[in-house]
Amino acid sequence: MNAVDVGSVSMIFGDGASRVEALVDVNLGVAQGSFVSLIGPSGCGKSTVLRLIANLLEPTRGEIRVQGKPARQSRLDQDYGMAFQHAGLFDWRTVTKNIELPLELKGWDRATRRERALEMLELVRLPEFAGHYPWQLSGGMQQRVAIARALAARPTLLLMDEPFGALDEMTREHMQAELLRICRETGTSVVFVTHSIPEAVYLSDHVVVMSPRPGRITATIEVDLGDRQGDDTREADEFYKKITEVREALRSDRGEHPTGVEDR
Amino acid sequence: MFTVSLLLVAVAWESYKLAGPADGGSLLGWRVLPRANDRAMPHVWDMVARLADPERRGSDTTVAQVVLSGTWYSLRLVLVGFALGTLVGFGLAVLMARFRLVERGLLPYLVVSQTVPLIALAPLVVAWGGRVSIGGWVWPRWLSASVIGAFLAFFPVAVAALRGLSSASRASLELMESYAATWWQTFRRLRLPSSVPALVPGLRLAASASVVGVVVAEISTGLRGGVGRLIIEYGRQTTSDPAKVYTAVFGAAVLGLMMAGLVGVLDLVLSPHRRAEVAS
Repeated sequence: MNAVDVGSVSMIFGDGASRVEALVDVNLGVAQGSFVSLIGPSGCGKSTVLRLIANLLEPTRGEIRVQGKPARQSRLDQDYGMAFQHAGLFDWRTVTKNIELPLELKGWDRATRRERALEMLELVRLPEFAGHYPWQLSGGMQQRVAIARALAARPTLLLMDEPFGALDEMTREHMQAELLRICRETGTSVVFVTHSIPEAVYLSDHVVVMSPRPGRITATIEVDLGDRQGDDTREADEFYKKITEVREALRSDRGEHPTGVEDR
Repeated sequence: MFTVSLLLVAVAWESYKLAGPADGGSLLGWRVLPRANDRAMPHVWDMVARLADPERRGSDTTVAQVVLSGTWYSLRLVLVGFALGTLVGFGLAVLMARFRLVERGLLPYLVVSQTVPLIALAPLVVAWGGRVSIGGWVWPRWLSASVIGAFLAFFPVAVAALRGLSSASRASLELMESYAATWWQTFRRLRLPSSVPALVPGLRLAASASVVGVVVAEISTGLRGGVGRLIIEYGRQTTSDPAKVYTAVFGAAVLGLMMAGLVGVLDLVLSPHRRAEVAS
């Protein structure tokens, strides 16, 4: 059973003159424990795919199954955790209380919640910030808390929409390494939306290349960098080869320049 | 800081008295400057001294005691009015935030409600109140003044709370949706706490509005015992005792200050994370 199965999904927004074909016939499978990145220029529908998987949107046509269940059921069962570009922590809650939020909604009791939240803080290496408020943390720390929150209920799937997009390059690389470590430790499958080619290549088992008007998948590139070793991996020939491959896949689409995709 | 500004007001008052024309300044037949004589503008020290004088010739109670007890009487009415107005205003905001249809239908009426002249409304409320008696409970006269205070207070609360309750970001709402949270869970954990920053200025307006409402209602319904009544009573004595009416105005000002203080305390209670910010 795949963690995610997207079968012949089309998504149309609006009607008449404002009708937009956001996605046309998208097929995607995410194996258990694998890391899949969606990459493409702005407007290619990569975030829409993620929101469809999260059941925040209903597809116009096609079927989405998460952990073998219809997407809606899977949302109700809390099979996935989600993290966005902005950490989106609640200002009025301490770090611990923010991480406890999904557990509260599941009706966990106070002691178990607290225990899990502290465990999660260990995982993202912020145990000394348990009682702080979000505004007392740097952007990178806030994003780590958001990841801890997404993972608190031990979902089998993590959905991430450009979670490191607002971070500086140093923090970003550090966070990528942390994310891979956490996924390895927890065995979580990940669907990751990004517009950075090196980020997609570094993190993923599969990079799914998408193109706009109408949004569709144009290529899927398999990446095998073995165990990532930080800077060593980033400087390996294989890493550059894959970056070139993804870049060419993005460019080959109708010969257009892939606007909105970063080379960093 | 507060003492300094109080002193500045007193200094400004006295300097105008010193420099301003005793019979006021006229320009082309229009009086543009107020008279600065002792009858129109008594000295600040006269007003303060008046506080310690007996209220009536030969009586034991001082003006200060009368004004204070009037202020205390009015304060209770204001508190009831403020609480009532906040409750109603917030309730309406919740309804409007929950059902868009209610917002569209109700909001125009709320705006219109605030254009009804208070003086016209006061006798009506008293008349309605006079007919209300539930079981053994009879509508007390003072409640009419509180209701009029509430009538002024609910509007800023409703508008501010509606804005606050709709201020949660799309991302936060989606996050709650991804947790399959119910409307009530989203309300309690997201909309309610995120409404506080917008709500507090509304409460501040409501606090002063309820003071104005109660004082005006006391005046126009002839309710005895409060600051409003004292302003009328002492106002009639202006010709013989110009400083006296200002003692009642002091009472009304103290009322406003106490309500402002109350909202300040509420603000601290409602936003613990900002309390931490202030402390660090």
